[in-house]
Amino acid sequence: MDILSLFVVLPVLVIIALVFTKGLKQARQIAMTGSIIQLGMAINLLFAYIKEQRITDSIFVFTRDIVWFEELNIHYNIGVDGISVALILLTSIIVLAGVFISWKTYDLPKEFFVSLLVLATGVYGFFISIDLFTMFLFYEIAVIPMYLLIGIWGSGPKEYSAMKLTLMLMGASALLLVGILGIYFNSNADGGSLTFSILEIAQVNIPFEAQKLFFPLTFIGFAVLGALFPFHTWSPDGHASAPTAVSMLHAGVLMKLGGYGVFRVAMFLLPEGALEWSWFFIILSAIGVIYGAFAAIRQTDLKYINAYSSVSHLGLVLFALLMLNKTAWNGAILQSLSHGFMTALFFALIGMIYTRTNTRDITKLGGLLKVIPFISVIYVIAGLASLGLPGFSGFVAEMNIFVGAFQNEDMFHRVVTIISVSAIVVTAVYILRVVGIMLMGPVKNESYLSLPKATWYETTGVLLLLLPIVGIGVAPLWLSDMILKSLQPFLQGVL
Amino acid sequence: MNISYLFLIPLIPLAVFLLLGIFNKKIKPAVSGWIGVAGLVASTLLSFYAAFQYFFVTGKLDGAYQTFTARTVWLNFTDTLHIDLGILIDPISIMMLIVVSTISLMVHIYSRGYMKGDPGYTKFFAFLSLFTFSMYGLVLATNLFQIYIFWELVGVSSFLLIGYYYTKNSAVAAAKKAFIVTRFADFGFLIGILIIGFYTGTWDFETLNNPEGAAIANWASTSFMGLSVLTWALILIFMGGAGKSAMFPLHIWLPDAMEGPTPVSALIHAATMVVAGVYLVARLFPMYYFVEEGYVLNIVAYVGAFSSLFAAIIAITQTDIKRVLAFSTMSQIGYMMMALGVSGFDGHEGVGYMASMFHLFTHAMFKALLFLGAGSVIHAVHSNYLKDMGGLRKHMPITNITFLIAALAIAGVPPLAGFWSKDEILVAAFENSQFLYSIGVLVAGLTAFYMFRLYFGIFWGKETTYAHKPKESPRSMTIPLIILAIFSVVVGFIPFSEYVTADKLGFVAHLNYPLAAIAVFIGLIGIIFAWIFYKKENDLAERFANAFGVFYRWSSNKFYFDELYLFITRKLIFKRISAPIAYFDKKFVDGTMEGIGNKTLVVANKIKGIQSGKVQDYAFGFISGVVVLAIVFIYLWTN
Repeated sequence: MDILSLFVVLPVLVIIALVFTKGLKQARQIAMTGSIIQLGMAINLLFAYIKEQRITDSIFVFTRDIVWFEELNIHYNIGVDGISVALILLTSIIVLAGVFISWKTYDLPKEFFVSLLVLATGVYGFFISIDLFTMFLFYEIAVIPMYLLIGIWGSGPKEYSAMKLTLMLMGASALLLVGILGIYFNSNADGGSLTFSILEIAQVNIPFEAQKLFFPLTFIGFAVLGALFPFHTWSPDGHASAPTAVSMLHAGVLMKLGGYGVFRVAMFLLPEGALEWSWFFIILSAIGVIYGAFAAIRQTDLKYINAYSSVSHLGLVLFALLMLNKTAWNGAILQSLSHGFMTALFFALIGMIYTRTNTRDITKLGGLLKVIPFISVIYVIAGLASLGLPGFSGFVAEMNIFVGAFQNEDMFHRVVTIISVSAIVVTAVYILRVVGIMLMGPVKNESYLSLPKATWYETTGVLLLLLPIVGIGVAPLWLSDMILKSLQPFLQGVL
Repeated sequence: MNISYLFLIPLIPLAVFLLLGIFNKKIKPAVSGWIGVAGLVASTLLSFYAAFQYFFVTGKLDGAYQTFTARTVWLNFTDTLHIDLGILIDPISIMMLIVVSTISLMVHIYSRGYMKGDPGYTKFFAFLSLFTFSMYGLVLATNLFQIYIFWELVGVSSFLLIGYYYTKNSAVAAAKKAFIVTRFADFGFLIGILIIGFYTGTWDFETLNNPEGAAIANWASTSFMGLSVLTWALILIFMGGAGKSAMFPLHIWLPDAMEGPTPVSALIHAATMVVAGVYLVARLFPMYYFVEEGYVLNIVAYVGAFSSLFAAIIAITQTDIKRVLAFSTMSQIGYMMMALGVSGFDGHEGVGYMASMFHLFTHAMFKALLFLGAGSVIHAVHSNYLKDMGGLRKHMPITNITFLIAALAIAGVPPLAGFWSKDEILVAAFENSQFLYSIGVLVAGLTAFYMFRLYFGIFWGKETTYAHKPKESPRSMTIPLIILAIFSVVVGFIPFSEYVTADKLGFVAHLNYPLAAIAVFIGLIGIIFAWIFYKKENDLAERFANAFGVFYRWSSNKFYFDELYLFITRKLIFKRISAPIAYFDKKFVDGTMEGIGNKTLVVANKIKGIQSGKVQDYAFGFISGVVVLAIVFIYLWTN
């Protein structure tokens, strides 16, 4: 068994083990063990990759190619570069933290953890695939469990939210499928045979007309998952209804599939289409950046605030990808990682606050710093990280994006860049608004004085997420350089 | 000069911060106070040692002070652009090291007494250390991006310390306001940094500031709307500096920032962080001077002069003693900005630059002293308001004397520190523009007046009966007062012009007797007016205020700027931008998606009749399909 396939196989084994468990204790024990092993594997992969990177020039390492469906030339073709390694590490950390945060899932615990791991399988599979069809397959595996997770374990209008989320993402998948098939049927433009292999298609000069037609389909197909304006409305409702761990995984990992797919498929395989359409999507993503931030100012539900904040932060990822240079791309990848950790941390904390106070309405909360200091202090830190304070990962990512965006000299790029930079002010407003109303000020409700402190599993989950945020923020060089090196071949593809 | 040991200066407070921050609950308050002080003592000793080494032993080469740097790459952007972290040693960074170390140490010692018994004692010292670390990082920065990084960090330390009494709503609002207003300014700063990076290919101060270097030599190569792009960048960077230094119109956060504990106001909002804007302009002074023939310096000068006058007028009518001092700080920083703005570069022409740095130095001493003295008074009478004070000279002799020394120093009475630096500023202004000079003189008079209004109001005036008899503060608080009072007397005698100049060569400055005499005379008039109005309890001041009713009200309400900003944020941004966007999102964007969903449902309901399950319906459909296709094929075939 190769080092990458294990990432798909292990969750499946854990799922099988889970089927035979009884009760919450056994289920979470198995899920935790499985997630810890995955985290170990991800760290091992990181070191193996760093070692491998020194001795090879190929874009993807640890590759493996098994013909899967010969008639259509579909392969189980896997491999990783620095970008996917980093995202796999992100996934394994968030899954483990999610298991800790779901320590007390009393309803159908077995089924809950099974769905969670199905989702994880899909995500891992997506990140290691370098065959379009296999990739799409894993993409669907990751998206489907969402419906169950929200519909069964969610709260509020959960059926509505689950349906909305699933329908919008399925609609996007339909566009994506057309885009992928379009690429597939043009992959013989240079006279070869039809193929789904990303590496082989990258060598082919797909006709400009086809690129122009299929780029927006592929882009939107992926970007809906990355909360592209105006297709973002599934996300606030979906997050609000989802249980904590699902929000964490969804915003932390699943939404990253969007940006990753845009980069790996749409931009890499259809570079001329990207150049042709970039202005249009730049406008949409820049609107998303500002619009999400302003919309967040007016929300009172913590999860809605965080969801709109995600629209803003992930808008920046798409914005950066469209800037078409390596600095901005590096920023986009770093922002994906950074946002993944931060937003997962936010949702974890929101879940902890909600289980204690039974409300997510900030106007009903107040003075939490005094009663649950640990949770509140971490919330302040997460907030500061989110508004791009130096020393946290968000700053590193945003500065890469802004410096990269500023490399484009024409007026249009200048204007949209300055508009996007102004988000740092608006972000500060909505973050500090929450901190001021919810955490500071006098304690609003007498009953809050007796709120329980954070438990060991909550603390572990939270610190697990905080560590990488600070780590990347304080010493970003190794990660940033690793990603930069992986970007080189893509750069030659586009420019 | 070996400078690697200087890395310890910022790293020690950082270590203290981490220690106190992480083990917050486990460390006893008495211990944490001492840990904080011990860390600062170490950094202070190193700073003074470095200053001695630099100025008197190894700093000079061929009569000019050299720049020493040590750095490491922190983050790579492009092949040329990267962020370095490191330390840069030159006259102004060394001078700032001394200022930050001295004031921070005094404030640390003072806080051991002032914050005694506070439940967040350890946290307070952790935050102080965090701030000191960030401020050291800022002054030692080797490049613009490093300054920006620490700029944000001092901003957040300031936020944490203003909001220190976080259960008080006013403190929370003030902290938020300070952060957001300065963040808005930093938005400009960041754009400026991006412009500089793109057009010069570097953020490194040594490269940027080299008068013969590419950045300055090619300033005219790219222009935008009639001005060089670098001019725009420098304007935007000054915007960042103006935000931090509370220059008009970005000053509104500073008075509210007085919600923080008084030692914090002394350290952050009087002596160190608020002068970061002045330091930033001084740090980039060669660029400001050479790009577009000093175009931006004019803006700096007029913004500084206006802020200086504006704040002095407001300071006259404030009744909260910390707010008087806050506006006084704004006014004095305006002075420093004005001096930088009128400065030249070589030799004696650079007197403005020298005067600005000199005043920054002396002002740090006496303004910190004023704040700590005010803190001592507030500690004794448990109120910030002048109406609750009076006649305290008998109860608090040490505070009284030290406060008086500081007030005389800021009023520019010889031979105290403020006299010397203020004189140089007025000389620089006089040589450049009569108009700016007259504003400077006017402000000098106003300063003396409001400062002695404060002094007489607190220590003389009416005999207030106190619920608890006020008594002198403990020694941990009075010792820093005494030390700073001594500094406020002696630092004026430092021959600053030999050490800190724009061209780093140094020159000999002479006292300009006529100008000095005018300034002192104006200052004395201010003091005398204050004496007449406020020394004994009388209603003269009130009658005066009534006679100038409108002016009094405008000044007392700070020219209604808070209301203006509230209107812009609450009424315009929240109500006219944010709320409509939230509404738009719900109604239109989401509504469209909902609409598509609902329409699908409707259409599905309509067409589901087709799947009727009746064989004859299907047969009908099948046959009509065949007929239609047949017609189409025949048509195509025949053509």
